[in-house]
Amino acid sequence: MFTELIAASLVETLFPNGIYRYAVGGLLVGLGAAVIYLGTGIAAGASTFLESTLSYVSGQSRFQRYRPSRDWRVVFTLGIVLGAAVYGVFWQGATWTTEVQPWRLLVGGLLVGVGTRIGKGCTSGHGVCGVGSASRTSFVGVATFLLVAIGTAQLVMAVGVVP
Amino acid sequence: MSADHEAHPLFMPLVFIGGLIFGFGLAFSHMARPEVVLAFLQFADFGLLFVMFGAAIVTGLGFFLAPRLLDGALLTGDSLGRRLKSLDRNVLYGGTIFGVGWGLSGICPGAAYASLGIGNFPILWGIAGMFAGAYLQGVWRSRRASTGPTATGAD
Repeated sequence: MFTELIAASLVETLFPNGIYRYAVGGLLVGLGAAVIYLGTGIAAGASTFLESTLSYVSGQSRFQRYRPSRDWRVVFTLGIVLGAAVYGVFWQGATWTTEVQPWRLLVGGLLVGVGTRIGKGCTSGHGVCGVGSASRTSFVGVATFLLVAIGTAQLVMAVGVVP
Repeated sequence: MSADHEAHPLFMPLVFIGGLIFGFGLAFSHMARPEVVLAFLQFADFGLLFVMFGAAIVTGLGFFLAPRLLDGALLTGDSLGRRLKSLDRNVLYGGTIFGVGWGLSGICPGAAYASLGIGNFPILWGIAGMFAGAYLQGVWRSRRASTGPTATGAD
């Protein structure tokens, strides 16, 4: 009885919003990637889209190498936006906007854009497809960005940057 | 990843449907909201672990079972390999830069696209930043590859 209460309050503390939305959402993210993989053999990540799309407007060799995949990556990204929009319309019911300050989004986005391309993957490429592939490189990548992100976010909170 | 596997008439529709499910999942899991990602990184809500590992378990099943049960990808017949990339210092450098950006903003590429879908227009700041970052590193590395001693094939 007592230990059950402790366990329940621990779950409450660690997961104040429950786990349903996270577990179901995560399974769907994996399912989306698996559908593409089963049909095409492609282990899709979200961040190559940044460079492959730049190949439409820039002749730089780093971007041109992604030319063969750039069309389907646009389609994949449009699917992501519209899939989220389906949730927005039918579950959320109204638009949702972040309170996080624009400078944090811009500077953070810039570093994410640099880092994901140098580090060979992002949270979906390394985190979902790479970990799913039991790739040692992706385990290292995920451990690196997870630990650094936790340190950064704790620091941001400690110096009082909100929102 | 040649363009010829795109020849199948259902290739693009399948990629689109996969994207729809992927994006819906990101929105449903609230990962499209930077605040929820930051709440994880600041130890206020550990739900993100279920998202990342839940997704990795599903893809893991696919990566493990599909090559054993199928001769090739169902639509294109392409080989079913795992996502393996070479491990070098770039993974650490890039992962560190990515981590600082992710920890500062709570956004990553897939979740940022999904964030646009839930009507979060300020995310355009983040997406603009990502394109700028990808562009800057691309210009720098293209230049280095053309002038340096060896053109590395790492991606």
